[in-house]
Amino acid sequence: MIRPDGSVTTPYKHYQTWFNAQDPARLHSKSQEAEAFFRRTGITFNVYGEADAQERLIPFDLVPRILSHREWSRLSKGIEQRVRAINAFIWDIYNRQEILRAGRIPKELIAHNDAFLPQMMRFTPPGNVYTHIVGTDIVRTGDGDFFVLEDNARTPSGVSYMLENRETMLQMFPELFARIRVQPVSDYPKNLRRSLAACAPQACEGKPRVAVLTPGIHNSAYFEHSFLADQMGAELVEGHDLRVVDGRIAMRTTQGYRVVDVLYRRIDDDFLDPLNFNPDSLLGVPGIMDVYRAGGITIANAPGAGIADDKAIYSYMPDIVEFYTGEKAILKNVETHRCAEPEALKYVLDNLAELVVKEVHGSGGYGMLVGPAASKKELAAFRDKLQANPGNYIAQPTLSLSTVPIFVDQGLAPRHVDLRPFVLVSPQGVNITPGGLTRVALTEGSLVVNSSQGGGTKDTWVLED
Amino acid sequence: MLGKTAGGLYWMFRFLERSENTARLLEAGFRMALTRSSDAESEWKSVVTTSGAGAGYAQKYDSYSDTLVMDWLLRDPDNPSSVISVTSSARDNARLVRTALTTEVWEAVNDNWMTLRDLLKEPITTVDLPGVLATVRQQSALVRGALYGTMLRNDIYDFARIGTFIERADNTARIIDVKYYTLLPSALAVGSSLDNVQWEMILRSVSAHRCFRWLDETDMTATAIADFLIFDKRLPRSLAFCVKQTTENLRYLEQEYQERHPCHDLADRLKRWVASTDIDMVFDLGLHEVITEFIRDNNALSAQIEQDFRFMA
Repeated sequence: MIRPDGSVTTPYKHYQTWFNAQDPARLHSKSQEAEAFFRRTGITFNVYGEADAQERLIPFDLVPRILSHREWSRLSKGIEQRVRAINAFIWDIYNRQEILRAGRIPKELIAHNDAFLPQMMRFTPPGNVYTHIVGTDIVRTGDGDFFVLEDNARTPSGVSYMLENRETMLQMFPELFARIRVQPVSDYPKNLRRSLAACAPQACEGKPRVAVLTPGIHNSAYFEHSFLADQMGAELVEGHDLRVVDGRIAMRTTQGYRVVDVLYRRIDDDFLDPLNFNPDSLLGVPGIMDVYRAGGITIANAPGAGIADDKAIYSYMPDIVEFYTGEKAILKNVETHRCAEPEALKYVLDNLAELVVKEVHGSGGYGMLVGPAASKKELAAFRDKLQANPGNYIAQPTLSLSTVPIFVDQGLAPRHVDLRPFVLVSPQGVNITPGGLTRVALTEGSLVVNSSQGGGTKDTWVLED
Repeated sequence: MLGKTAGGLYWMFRFLERSENTARLLEAGFRMALTRSSDAESEWKSVVTTSGAGAGYAQKYDSYSDTLVMDWLLRDPDNPSSVISVTSSARDNARLVRTALTTEVWEAVNDNWMTLRDLLKEPITTVDLPGVLATVRQQSALVRGALYGTMLRNDIYDFARIGTFIERADNTARIIDVKYYTLLPSALAVGSSLDNVQWEMILRSVSAHRCFRWLDETDMTATAIADFLIFDKRLPRSLAFCVKQTTENLRYLEQEYQERHPCHDLADRLKRWVASTDIDMVFDLGLHEVITEFIRDNNALSAQIEQDFRFMA
């Protein structure tokens, strides 16, 4: 928002004028108001592994993160290109495997990958869509370049916060929206429903019935599951509400079993079907994979789609984009060292204190090492883990990330952020909601934005042209 | 609607109703103990028995006192019917059926839980009790108001109402059952001050001590009170009233779903029983026997509803 020379960046100009005219005491009380609103509405999450299973709030910062129309249009073009390439890639992996035969990606990377599901081989999902919902994690460096950090192609979460953050801002500062023209995000649930319905399976008769599959009220993202079902007018089901009836998936209603056409599942592949995957799973539906392969139901996102958002595959994304679209990737990848490769491993071990090291299949900020912030002891411990199983890790340089202002006791202060725009894919096209979820590291200097590690969120504005 | 959702609504409103009933029962017991200090222990014991959580209490404590009973009924997580337990169960069920609730109803239930959780964090003293009980009543009035004011009158509403009235009928019947001996028209104790206090306690625990005086010009007698609690269709906590409401909401479901179930027959049987019986017949058959049978029938109706509407797989 503020350049080193003290001038204000263009997208923030009008906001800055408004902000300077505010009474700081009023803003502080608004900040507390927002917290009460989140508690009352029940926008809380549970943290795994905490003994008392307390419901926690994700801290909300009332200064919006603002992107210009031009910045957004470049960003969204890049995301669309990437998401189209990802879908083509997944189809290819589960069908012809041309990219492997062309030698652009090592075969072992697929063959030894836990996210690869043999059950998906030689099968094309309804509408040829694998990643119905994608949440692409974007960071920006000091000089304004966008980098993709992660392609979340399984079950990205956080979209309810995008919607509720905007709702909160509209309630607290209606005058701001009268003054500054911000592109709306409220169409997301409607678009999600439309997008899912457009992927209805062959067997669907009439208007497609959509349901959201949740692990239940104790899941950390349960609020989001119920929120999305509610906003879409879809049923919110658990595994024990569903079963196979006459070759279709049906849910138990007060009037008997009723067919479901599209299942937006918020459980992992492994738990989806105890007959085909993890036999101990109580969360899934026995036999759903067989119904799926027979064209009786659409599962969103498709099982096995995780093959595309693996952190080892990530390093090949520029090649993947080029291979399937014939174009250069618009969005940059962060330089990635694959520790499976001996030379890379040597480099990583030599420069551990400067690098961020992540588990290939990890998520949520767990199991990662932020070199510059780690103690000598932590570095040594991680060094051992790396050497024991190098294939499990990748390493990236710490980028000089850009900052955005947050509201603190002393006024405004810069903090590091990332951005997760939400992308919908259907045979009708790719739809990206302008904005997304901005996560912010609340501790000064910190690079970890995950809510499970104390990060916060803020509203994200894309300005009208 | 999902069977699970119907079940969630039904139990959510049973739990909400129970929290209010427990608060009312405690209030009546408290008043009773103030009036008659000599036999406070046995009064507190009957309060615990009426609440339906007597067995758990007896496992934990050897004696009955205001402090222990208040703690057990208000804030003990070991008691599944304590106000804090049922408030939290009601909210869990509300989360489960969130997509079936208006924002107003959800927020009222959530607020109810947050308020009572804070209020009941520390043990309650007798000085604080009236204020705490007032809050419990007020909170459930807010939930009920949100339900009346904002929910569509469809199957969602029907399951919410059925849960409310099945629970309420059970509660009133248990109050009568525990105190049935004071309602017997015995020649010995007629008009004694002992009876008056007992009857006042019964009426208070269904919030009907003032209504009774408005409606009944005759003196307070055991028969009149029993008649009032069982058969008076004007009293929203009488067995007759609860049966009428349950039957009605079940009939709406029958119309909406175009399907009649065994639970409809069970409910109609209860309704016919109410219509064809009067208080003299009840005393002829034995008040205790009649009420015990009612509680059993009401439970059977509840189980049948759960089965007919597929609450569980």
